[in-house]
Amino acid sequence: MTGLSLLIPLALCMGLLGLGAFFWALRSGQFDDTDGAGMRILIDDEDDQG
Amino acid sequence: MAARPIEIGQDDIGESLFAVPGIHCAGCISKIENGLANSPGILSARVNMAAKRVAIRHDPTMTPPDLKARIVALGFEAEPLADPGVDLSAAENRTLVRALAVAGFSSMNIMLLSVSVWSGADGATREMFHWLSALIALPTVAYSGQPFFRSAWAALRHGRTNMDVPISIGILLTTIMSLYETATNGPHAWFDGAVMLMFFLLAGRCLDSMMRGRARAGVAALLKQTAPGALVLEADGQSRWTASTALRPGMKMLAAAGERLAADGRVVEGESGLDIAFLTGESAPVRVRRGDMVQAGALNVEAPLTIEVTAAGPDTIIADIARLMEEASQGKSRYVRLADRAARYYAPAVHSLAALSFAGWMIAGAGVHHSLLIAVAVLLITCPCALGLAVPAAQIVACGALMRRGVLVKDGSALERLAEVSEAVFDKTGTLTLGRPIPTNLSSLAAEDRAIILGLARASRHPLSIALRMALEAEGVAPVPLGQLREVAGEGMSGDLDGETVSLGRPRSLINLFGLATEYRRDGHSLLLHFTDELRPDASETLQSLRDMGLKTLIASGDRPEALEDIARQTGTTAIGALRPADKLALIERLKDQGERVLMVGDGLNDGPALAAGHASMAPASASDASQLTADAVFLGDRLAPVAVAVRAARRTVRVVKQNFTIAICYNVLAVPLAIAGKVTPLVAAVAMSLSSLVVITNALRLRRAAK
Repeated sequence: MTGLSLLIPLALCMGLLGLGAFFWALRSGQFDDTDGAGMRILIDDEDDQG
Repeated sequence: MAARPIEIGQDDIGESLFAVPGIHCAGCISKIENGLANSPGILSARVNMAAKRVAIRHDPTMTPPDLKARIVALGFEAEPLADPGVDLSAAENRTLVRALAVAGFSSMNIMLLSVSVWSGADGATREMFHWLSALIALPTVAYSGQPFFRSAWAALRHGRTNMDVPISIGILLTTIMSLYETATNGPHAWFDGAVMLMFFLLAGRCLDSMMRGRARAGVAALLKQTAPGALVLEADGQSRWTASTALRPGMKMLAAAGERLAADGRVVEGESGLDIAFLTGESAPVRVRRGDMVQAGALNVEAPLTIEVTAAGPDTIIADIARLMEEASQGKSRYVRLADRAARYYAPAVHSLAALSFAGWMIAGAGVHHSLLIAVAVLLITCPCALGLAVPAAQIVACGALMRRGVLVKDGSALERLAEVSEAVFDKTGTLTLGRPIPTNLSSLAAEDRAIILGLARASRHPLSIALRMALEAEGVAPVPLGQLREVAGEGMSGDLDGETVSLGRPRSLINLFGLATEYRRDGHSLLLHFTDELRPDASETLQSLRDMGLKTLIASGDRPEALEDIARQTGTTAIGALRPADKLALIERLKDQGERVLMVGDGLNDGPALAAGHASMAPASASDASQLTADAVFLGDRLAPVAVAVRAARRTVRVVKQNFTIAICYNVLAVPLAIAGKVTPLVAAVAMSLSSLVVITNALRLRRAAK
C-alpha cells in the first residue's frame, strides 16, 4: 500500500505530462503541416550561414 | 502557429496568407521561405505544405499586391487568401482531437486501475482504486463528452433524436451509477467502460472530420480566390489599397496586369484581356474595352485597367452564383446518411431495450438499484461503436485510396450518394473532351515550317499558341530562332526570319464558323491550321465500364446537335444537344421524376445548376471554380477513368459499411441477452467493446485497395 501511494500519483503525473505535451504540440501548430515537416529535413540551409 | 495574430507588437506587424498551388517539394519550401525572408519589409514566411499556403509576417504598409509580386518574382503563382484567421472546420477538428487525447489518457489510466480490480483487489484497495477512477473519469466526461452532449441537446430541443442521444444518456447514466457504486463501496464501477466508449466514438468523429478537412484543403488549393481588395483611385489622384469589403459602387479601382478584380464594374479606361475561367472554364481571355462590364474574380491578363465599381461584396455576380448553387444543393443537404438512417431505428430500440430490462427486473423483484445496474449494462453494451467508428473508418480509408488515384471526394455522404447512382449524365466540352484545342493538320507541314511555327508559338501565351507549342514539342521539333517577335493582341504573332516576315494570326477569311483555326503566313502564301477539342483518351472505355456496372449513360451538351454526332458514335451513347443551363437542370429533374438517381459530370458554369441538382456530381480539376465547389468529387488529370473508379470504390465502401452494421448487429444479438440476464461485468463489457471495434476497423481497412 505504501508503494501504491507513491507510484500511482507518479504514474498519473507522467501521463498528464504526456497529455500536456500533446496539447502544447497541438497548440504550437506542429500538426498543421505534417507533409511539410517530412520535407523540411531535406532542406540544406548551409547557404544561410555563409 | 504562423496564421495566428502575434500578441506582442501587433500594431506594427501585418499578416497575410497566400495560396501557392505550385509548392511540391522541399526545394520549393526553402526557395519561398528564404527568398521572402531575405527581402525587405518581410519579417518571416512560413510554408504550409499540406494546405499549399504561405503565411507571411510583414511590414503593415505592404499591400497584398506587393507581397504577391515578391512571391511571383521567386517563380511561383500566388493568390492572396481573403481572411486568414477563420477556418471553422480546422477549429472543430482541433476540438475533437483534444477531446480524443483526454479520453485516451483517462481510458488508459482507468484501465490500469480496473485491471487490478479485476485481478482480485478488494477491500480498501478496491475502494481507493474506484475513487481514483472516479477522480479521473469525472473531468474527462465533462470535457470529452461535450461534442456528444451538445449535439444530443440540439436534437432533443427540436424534438428529434439522433445517435448522440443514446450515447449521451449511456455515458451520463453509467457515470452516475458508477459514482453511486463507488460511494456505497459496491463491487463494480463502470468508469472504464464509459470512458473507453467515448474514446472509440471520438476516434470515429476525428476520422470523419479529418477526411472532410483534407478533401476541402485539396480542392481549395486548386481554386483561385477572389481578390481581398483593390487599389482605389481617390479624388486627389492618390491611390490607396482598400479591402474588398470596403469597396462601394462609384469608386474607381485600378487593376494591374496579373491581378484579380475585387468587385463588379465598368471599364472607364484601358483595354485588356480578362481570364474568366472561373465562370466558364474556358482559358481564352475575353477582350474588354471602355464601357464593358467586368466581373469580380476575373483575372486581368494583359494591360492595366481603370474600373468604376458597380457592385461589391454580396451584390457581385459571383456572390449571386454562389447563392444560387447553395439553393440548388438544398436537396442534397436533405440526404440522410447511412449511419443516421440506421440510428433512426437503433436509438429507440436501444432505449426501449434498456427500459424493458429495467422494468423486467423490477417486476421480478430485484430492487431499483440492481435493476438500474442492469439497464446501464444494456445501454453500455449496445452503444453504437460500430456505427460511430466503422462508418467513418471505412469512408476515410476509401477516400484515401481514391485520393491516391486523383479523385478528391468532399465527404462521406458524397461517397454514399455516389454508390447509389443509376444514370450518369455527361457534359461534352471539357468533360468528355479535354476542353483544350489540339492541332489536327500539323503533319502535313514541312519540317522547316514546323520549326518556324514553334519559334512563333513559344513566344505567346495565347491558348492556340500554347496548343501548337505543346504538340510540336511533344514531337521533338527544335524551334528556329526568330528576330523581332511581336504580339498584337487580337491579331497574332509575327517575327522575322532572315529578312522574311513570318506570322501566325487570326484567319482573314471566315471559312469555318465554329471550328478553331489560326493562319500561318510565310512569304506571300498562307495555310490554315485547324484545331479540334479531343475526346479524353479513355472516354469510350469509361462509359462502357459504367454501362457494365449497370448505369445508364447520357450526354447533355450546350453544343449544336451536329457537333455531338461524332462523340455519340464513338462512345455509343445517346446525346442531347442545344441545352441551356436551365434545360440541363430540367433534364435532371425529369430523370429524377422517372426514379433515376443521376450522377452529373460537368465542368462549366452552365453545368452548375445541374451539378447541384444531381444525386451526386463530379467535375474535372480543369473545371470552373464554381463547378469544383459544387461537385461532390473532383478528379485530376486527362483521363476520365476516375469517374468509373470512384463509383466502383463508393459501392465497395457502402458494401463494407453494411457488413460492419451486420457485424454490429451480430455482436448485439450475442451480448445483449447476457446484459439483460445481468451477466455482464465491467470486464466483459470492456473486452466486448474493444473486440467489436477492432473487428469493424479491420474490415474497413480492406478498402485500402478499393480504388484499383
